[in-house]
Amino acid sequence: MNRIQQKLQENKKLLSIYFTAGYPSLDDTVSVIENLENAGVDMIEIGLPFSDPLADGPTIQASSTQALKNGMTTTVLFEQLKDIRTRVNIPLIAMGYFNPMLQYGVEAFCAKCKKIGIDGLIIPDLPVDVYQEEYQTIFEKYGLINVFLITPQTSDERIRFIDSVSNGFIYMVSSASTTGAKSGFGNEQSNYFERIAAMNLKNPQIVGFGISNKETFQQATKQAAGAIIGSAFIKHITANGISNIDEFVNPILS
Amino acid sequence: MSYNINDKGYYGEFGGAYIPEMLYPNVEELRQNYLKIMAEPSFQEEFNQLLKDYVGRPSPLYFAKRLSEKYATKIYLKREDLNHTGAHKVNNTIGQILMARRLGKKRIIAETGAGQHGVATATVCALMGMECIVYMGEIDIARQAPNVARMKMLGATVVPALSGSKTLKDATNEAIRDWINNPVDTHYIIGSAIGPHPYPDMVTKFQSVISEEIKSQLLEKEGTEHPNYVVACIGGGSNAAGTYYHFLDNEDVGIIAVEAAGKGIHSGESAATSALGKEGIIHGCKTLLMQTDDGQITEPYSISAGLDYPGVGPLHSHLYKTGRGEFYSATDDEAMQAGLELAKLEGIIPAIETSHALAVFKYKTFQPNDVVVISLSGRGDKDLNNYIEYFNL
Repeated sequence: MNRIQQKLQENKKLLSIYFTAGYPSLDDTVSVIENLENAGVDMIEIGLPFSDPLADGPTIQASSTQALKNGMTTTVLFEQLKDIRTRVNIPLIAMGYFNPMLQYGVEAFCAKCKKIGIDGLIIPDLPVDVYQEEYQTIFEKYGLINVFLITPQTSDERIRFIDSVSNGFIYMVSSASTTGAKSGFGNEQSNYFERIAAMNLKNPQIVGFGISNKETFQQATKQAAGAIIGSAFIKHITANGISNIDEFVNPILS
Repeated sequence: MSYNINDKGYYGEFGGAYIPEMLYPNVEELRQNYLKIMAEPSFQEEFNQLLKDYVGRPSPLYFAKRLSEKYATKIYLKREDLNHTGAHKVNNTIGQILMARRLGKKRIIAETGAGQHGVATATVCALMGMECIVYMGEIDIARQAPNVARMKMLGATVVPALSGSKTLKDATNEAIRDWINNPVDTHYIIGSAIGPHPYPDMVTKFQSVISEEIKSQLLEKEGTEHPNYVVACIGGGSNAAGTYYHFLDNEDVGIIAVEAAGKGIHSGESAATSALGKEGIIHGCKTLLMQTDDGQITEPYSISAGLDYPGVGPLHSHLYKTGRGEFYSATDDEAMQAGLELAKLEGIIPAIETSHALAVFKYKTFQPNDVVVISLSGRGDKDLNNYIEYFNL
C-alpha cells in the first residue's frame, strides 16, 4: 500500500502543506520537508515551479518565479530529493504543470518519482480523460497515485467519473478561484461540502484553496478527510524563513 | 490526410484541451454548443449582417500591379486592413460576442498584446452594451498607448498584467485566471487561433470568411477560385488560419507562413516558433512552443507586438509538421523594408505584422503566372511610431 493510502486510513483530519521547491532559496527544499514532518504535518505537496502557472494566484506565482530564478529545474529537484527517504517518512506528492513533465518524458518522470519515493502527483492541467487514455497505465506501473481536482462547478456525473479513475483522494477546490484568492468559507462552501459528502464517493476528499489557519482548517475538514494549505504557508516562510515552520503549523493542529 | 480538426479537438497530434478542472465547465459548455450555435440561421444572419454593415465586408481583393511587376508574378492583396478597427481581428470578436450572448454571458474578458484584439473586443462590447475587461502586459501598455486610449474610450477596463515578463503570454495567463475566478457569467474572447479546444477551431471558422471571399473574388478576376499560393504572417495565427481555411484540402494551393525572426532566428531574440519551438503545452493546447529544455516557456521577441508570442496555433503546428505549409521567418529589418516597399509601390502602409508576410519575396521566387494572394492583415497606423523611429522619418 502506498504511503498516501496508509495515511488516509488514519483516524484523523489530515493537514497537507504545499510549498514551492527551491524557495525561498534553491537549497531549502529538503529542509522545508524535514521541518514540515517534524512539525507534525501529515502530507507534503512539493511544487515544481512553472513559468506560466495558470491556476495560481500572486503568492504562488511569485514563489515560482523566484524558484526558477534560483535555478530550480526538474533535474535539480530530483537531485535534491535523491536521499529524501533516508530522512523522512511522510507521504510526498509532486505538484506541477504538465509541460515540464512532458519535456522530461512522462515515463522517465514517473520512474524517477518511484525511485526517489514520491507517492503521488497532482497535475492541474492534465485532464482526467487525457490521463485515462494516455498515461494511467504508466502511473500505475510505477505505483503513483494521481490526484484530480473537483470544484463547486463540477457536475455530479463528472465527479463520479473522476472518483472512478482516482485511487487515493480527490482534491476538492473550495471555490471558483485561483490559489490564495479567497480566505474563509460561507454558506456556498458549506452547501458544496455537504453535497460532496452526501455523494459517498469511493475516494476521501481533501479540501484546498482558501485555507489559511485553524478556523478555516476546521471548517474545511468538518466532512472532508483533510485540508491543504499553500499560499498562507508560502507567505509565512517568505516573512519568517524556514526554521520556524512549527510556529505556523502548531496553531492549526492544536 | 485531413488538415481539419478531428472530433477530439486535434489537428493531427496538436490541439486538445489541457486545462485545469476549474475551466472545464466553461470550455465544455462552449465545446458542446459552438458548432450548433454557429449553424443557426439567426446566428448566421446576424453575423453576416454585422460583417457587411459594421465591419465593411467583403474586404477588397486588390491586384497589386507595381508590386507584381517588381517580383514578376501576379500578386493580390486581401485587404483586411480596410476592416473597421483596422485589422482582421474584428471578424473573430463579432463572432464570439454573438456566441457569448447566446450562451447567456454578461461579462467579456480578453487578452491583448499590441492592442489590436483588445480594441476589436472593446468595440464589439460597446456595440452590444457588455462589460469588457482587457488584460494587457504592463510593458505593452507603455509601448501601445494609442490602443490603450482607444479601449478606454470604447468603455473597456484595461488591467495591467504584472506577472512574468509582463507581455502577451502573461496577459493571457491573467485572462485565464480571471475566467477561473468568474466561471459563470463570463466569456473569454481569445484573439488568436490558440487556446484549448474549441477555441482554435472556433476562431479559425470565424476568420474563414477571408478565404471564402478570396475564392469568389478570384473567380471574378482570374476565372478560378484557387490561387497558386496563399501567404500570411503568423504569431498565434488567426489571420493565417482564416486565409488558408478553404484551401487546406486543395493541395494545388500552396500555403506559406511567415513568422517573425526578430533579430535573427539564432540571435536569442526571435519569435520564429516553428524553427525554435518544440512540442509542448501552452495556454491549454498541445502545440509547438518556445521553451527551455526544462519545459519553461521562454519569452519571444519581435519588433511586431502582434507576432510576439512563444507558441503557434495547433493548426499551424500540424501544417508545419506534415509539410503542408511552407514556413519562413523574416527579421525585423526585412519586415520593415517590405512594409516601406509596399507604401512606396502601392500607397498602402501595412501593420508591421503584415510586413512580415510581405517579406516572403526575400525567401521565395514565384513563377510569372503564379497567382499569389497575401493577407494584408492590418493597417500601419498603430505602428507609425515604430516606423518613424526605424526610418528616422
